[in-house]
Amino acid sequence: MAPGAPSSSPSPILAVLLFSSLVLSPAQAIVVYTDREVHGAVGSRVTLHCSFWSSEWVSDDISFTWRYQPEGGRDAISIFHYAKGQPYIDEVGTFKERIQWVGDPRWKDGSIVIHNLDYSDNGTFTCDVKNPPDIVGKTSQVTLYVFEKVPTRYGVVLGAVIGGVLGVVLLALLLFYLVRYCWLRRQAALQRRLSAMEKGKLHKTGKDTKRGRQTPVLYAMLDHTRSAKTASEKKAKGLGESRKDKK
Amino acid sequence: MLLLLLGIIVLHVAVLVLLFVATIVSQWIVGNGHATDLWQNCSTSSSGNVHHCFSSSANEWLQSVQATMILSVIFSVLSLFLFFCQLFTLTKGGRFYITGIFQILAGLCVMSAAAIYTVRHPEWHLNSDYSYGFAYILAWVAFPLALLSGVVYVILRKRE
Repeated sequence: MAPGAPSSSPSPILAVLLFSSLVLSPAQAIVVYTDREVHGAVGSRVTLHCSFWSSEWVSDDISFTWRYQPEGGRDAISIFHYAKGQPYIDEVGTFKERIQWVGDPRWKDGSIVIHNLDYSDNGTFTCDVKNPPDIVGKTSQVTLYVFEKVPTRYGVVLGAVIGGVLGVVLLALLLFYLVRYCWLRRQAALQRRLSAMEKGKLHKTGKDTKRGRQTPVLYAMLDHTRSAKTASEKKAKGLGESRKDKK
Repeated sequence: MLLLLLGIIVLHVAVLVLLFVATIVSQWIVGNGHATDLWQNCSTSSSGNVHHCFSSSANEWLQSVQATMILSVIFSVLSLFLFFCQLFTLTKGGRFYITGIFQILAGLCVMSAAAIYTVRHPEWHLNSDYSYGFAYILAWVAFPLALLSGVVYVILRKRE
């Protein structure tokens, strides 16, 4: 950048800003988001979520409207309205005293809760948000399905059975190897102690009677391990010999 | 000795192939022009090769049958892999316990899958005119073979 021309640097930035404002301003609109489908059980309650994105800050004149179109019907009736910080709930229609406002405009949340569902509540709910001066936008619809019992999604049982059985088998294997490892370590320690005691017994010629009382049990075990060792050696030798004979 | 080893491996691979085919092919029940379960419900029109396939029902019992068939395949594959591991690492005179246990588990899984299916399939399959397909029969055939294979592994001792 040449030091003698400072006025030339701001103008490209200005041009970019102007261009972006001209291009981006028609996209100023409000976008509403809801779930696509909601499942509920008869007699229970269900939450219809509604959120939005607006290019303006959330104003005090923001308004939410929920409309309901029954399944197979053609007309949509308005069941909820929120304006100027005051919610207005349906008090004469089919949703009388069943709607609860749980939204908060500051958090861009326009959700309502419908209590005590019935089969006649099947239908399409439309959430409409207007945030002056940002009023042009698309609404969003959510379809409510009311079941006698809400069906579990496919794959829950499948995954649970596979995961559970594999987990149990893995745990059992781990436990078995742990127990075997501890037992082998104890065996090795015991044998080391026994061999040390045997050496000690050879040097000392039967002086201590206390030790004499203890040794019979240990010697019995030593005899057992010794005999087991020789038996396995014989077996291995026998197999090896038979193999040699075969070959 | 080599012949015995080969025979055991052939048996294991045969069980594995049976399990794979029984799990993957969707022909546990066949009727006039339609074949269903475990994964798809396909029907062909009487005139030609027009197939209409839908997903099988999302019934919990069918899901458990699918899960146990998949588990049996997993256990059998694991057992084969562990057999080759143990063949090279086991001490002389040792037994193929882990291999045998996994193969027996696979057999038990197939049995439970086939049993559950036999008892519960009227819940989602309402057609009264049906007969069992070849995949269902393969599942039942795989059960004793898997058990036999597992028991052979448990009895066998490593020689060299």
